[in-house]
Amino acid sequence: MPKLTIDGKEIEVPGGLTVLQACELAGVEIPRFCYHERLSVAGNCRMCLVEMGQAPKPIASCAMPAGDGMVIRTDTPVVKKARQGVMEFLLINHPLDCPICDQGGECDLQDQAMAFGVDHSRYQENKRAVPEKYMGPLIKTIMTRCIHCTRCIRFATEIAGVEEMGALNRGGHVEITTLEKAIDSELSGNLIDVCPVGALTSRPYAFTARSWELRKTNSVDALDAVGSNIRVDARGREVMRVLPRLHEDVNEEWISDKTRYACDGLARQRLDRPYLRKDGRLRPVSWDEAFRAIAARLDGLDGGKIAALAGDLCDAESMLALKDLMAALGSPHLDCRQDGAKIGAKIGGAGPRAGYLFNTTIAGIERADAALLVGTNPRHEATLVNARLRKRFLMGGFRVGLIGAPCDLSYPVDTLGAGPETLSELAAGTGAFAEVLTAAERPMIVLGMAALARPDGAAVLHLARALAEKFGMIGEDWNGFNLLHGAAARVGGLDLGFLPGDGGRDRDGILDGVHGGDIEVVYLLGADEIDMARLGPNAQEGAFVIYQGHHGDAGAHRADVILPGAAYTEKNGTYVNTEGRVQLGRLAVSPPGEARADWTILRALSEVVGQRLPYDDLGALRQRLVAVNPVFAAVDRVEAAPWGEFGEQGKLDGAPFGVAVENYYMTDPISRASETMASCAEVFGSGRAGEATGTDG
Amino acid sequence: MATGLRDKIEEVAGRYPNRRSAIMPALYLAQAEHAQLSGEVLLEVADILDVPEIWVYELATFYDMFHTEPVGTFHIQVCTNISCLLLEAEGIVAHLESRLGIERGDTTPDGLFTLSTAECLGSCDTAPVMQVNYAFHENLSERRIDEILENLRGAVGE
Ligand code: SF4
Ligand code: FES
Repeated sequence: MPKLTIDGKEIEVPGGLTVLQACELAGVEIPRFCYHERLSVAGNCRMCLVEMGQAPKPIASCAMPAGDGMVIRTDTPVVKKARQGVMEFLLINHPLDCPICDQGGECDLQDQAMAFGVDHSRYQENKRAVPEKYMGPLIKTIMTRCIHCTRCIRFATEIAGVEEMGALNRGGHVEITTLEKAIDSELSGNLIDVCPVGALTSRPYAFTARSWELRKTNSVDALDAVGSNIRVDARGREVMRVLPRLHEDVNEEWISDKTRYACDGLARQRLDRPYLRKDGRLRPVSWDEAFRAIAARLDGLDGGKIAALAGDLCDAESMLALKDLMAALGSPHLDCRQDGAKIGAKIGGAGPRAGYLFNTTIAGIERADAALLVGTNPRHEATLVNARLRKRFLMGGFRVGLIGAPCDLSYPVDTLGAGPETLSELAAGTGAFAEVLTAAERPMIVLGMAALARPDGAAVLHLARALAEKFGMIGEDWNGFNLLHGAAARVGGLDLGFLPGDGGRDRDGILDGVHGGDIEVVYLLGADEIDMARLGPNAQEGAFVIYQGHHGDAGAHRADVILPGAAYTEKNGTYVNTEGRVQLGRLAVSPPGEARADWTILRALSEVVGQRLPYDDLGALRQRLVAVNPVFAAVDRVEAAPWGEFGEQGKLDGAPFGVAVENYYMTDPISRASETMASCAEVFGSGRAGEATGTDG
Repeated sequence: MATGLRDKIEEVAGRYPNRRSAIMPALYLAQAEHAQLSGEVLLEVADILDVPEIWVYELATFYDMFHTEPVGTFHIQVCTNISCLLLEAEGIVAHLESRLGIERGDTTPDGLFTLSTAECLGSCDTAPVMQVNYAFHENLSERRIDEILENLRGAVGE
């Protein structure tokens, strides 16, 4: 533990820190451009100069290890002058076009020029102009503003794992480039955050708003099951952009491109009023008329003929309200696994929580020393989990095996096989990778939905469980058994038991039931990924379909009644991520038109159908949530889930594991409505779609 | 021709601990073969070494000895670093410019001469200095330069 004196104050800091980090611990701010906590040290901008003991000239504090007995000064005239000098050099070729720059107001260069620079320019010569570079549909470049800190190159190379960015030429001629290629990474949007100036900015957001006119709401993402912490920036009723929020255990300070850029989909194809199908056509109606139509259809109907499916973006509150309503109506037929994943016991709840969670936790990946991926492409299904796997790989001594469709995960992977038979062989202890798992102290297995959303899914789950036990993945302080969910709603749904009750039908049971005439009414709570054809062509020859949701997607097209709900940015809702972490999403803007928060719709409907739900406000509903499952009380706390029996021994089928996410940019009603996502799908489409072999809904 | 280059590059690559380290010698080989490192040639090198294209581009554009633009038969590089500068290197460059009828950085229309300025050529004791292709010319004066140019022109004339 080196002891330093920083501006006259003694401080002891942990070993291995740099002088810059030590200064931070001492509460002294050091300006910097190239230094970034999560990237390697480059030491090229020289903004972090400080004075050190008897050293003849200032040192770059970001690149100097903190040593015992060092005397550091950051408040001397020499340091002040050094900073001003560096700032002046950095600005020589900078266009100073802040008034037309999107970074304005949240720019490190602007802020630090104010704080540490001089107030005028002495530079008379011509400035250099650098042509714009093409980096794809998400990133806008104005390379004249670039200060060549190389953060973007280091981010792309180290965190994203794509060797596509670099610096051409040298000295005063350096240009950052991707060689005119779109950056092929689902993390590319983070480049605009790491760039300390306005050289890399958001293309879709360009010239739409100024940071100081935005209303900022802290929330969580619902477009995958990672539960990335986000900040939703809105102006009026419009979400202008989504930015990451720091959560060390979940997304660190990154978010995926879909999380960041799908937000334009929130303003398109919205259901902003109730609709009722009359004479085969959907017509706008009042809430009252829509509710009465539902009540009329349910009137006298046996509860056993009603079923409900919950989609991937649902908050826990609305699922519980629907579950309670279904119970009141006497229906046991409900399912939150719209992809048909065979998770949880067939009847009577979800089984032990460890059987459906990412037990290792996302941060826990860093402690693992071998990983087996089964039927998953984490890069597309949970980009930030993949980023963590890559981070672990970079630490060294981490072998990854994959059983399933081959894919490029940005770190080396041994592809062991394609389907369940490889898994059985491995579970029996054969193959080279069995040795890797045996030798590992903390091995982990990650099961994707492509391994479970198939007829033999329960048997695959059972086998994976046995494999985890065999290779010592379950220990005192280590649980290496993981399910990687793709749906933000899924774990919450399983936790609150949005599953077939006694004698209830699961997804396939419900859809088959429609065909056989046993199910007459189907309530889709944001469920768009099922095969709508199985609901029959219309209410006469199939089910009467109630669709509650926010986008005019597959479900709404088939619906007989549409109840317009709120998207994840428009309601206060609880989501449980794949680790089992309970997090709260917050209302950033109000829902459009007549749309309402989802649980309130169900509460209002319950009254019209004569089964009034016993909660009048969100607080009361949340109390009920905690009563149903106490885990909902533990917000942002992940506790180890007890191990138990789950899955079902059974025959495995020979088919290879498919692909859960065929098109990363279009996985849900919001991203499908997004123009930005559509242009990404177009640019990256051929490469990405080429990997897909499976089918889905 | 391309296979020849591939073999040569493979051969040197074998002497390096990893493929990235072999980019520099590979670029020298490619330049010897093609005279100029055009984008196509850089892609070919990346392909042969199986490294990301950007790595090859970065190196090829960083070093002055690699020519990503076409150069003349004689590439004249005049040192303008401190010792040469003190001994009127700027005058040397200006003289060359007027004799060749081009500006620094350009190539004569007949493709014979390219004129560049260079950082220290490591011969300060004999400054001012210039390098024509791989040959050094020291203690330059305007008269020396005229002789050198004449000799060079004569060399191609033969
Ligand atoms: S583009 Fe931005 S992040 Fe990249 S080198 Fe330039 S200033 Fe740094
Ligand atoms: S922050 Fe230290 S040199 Fe850039």
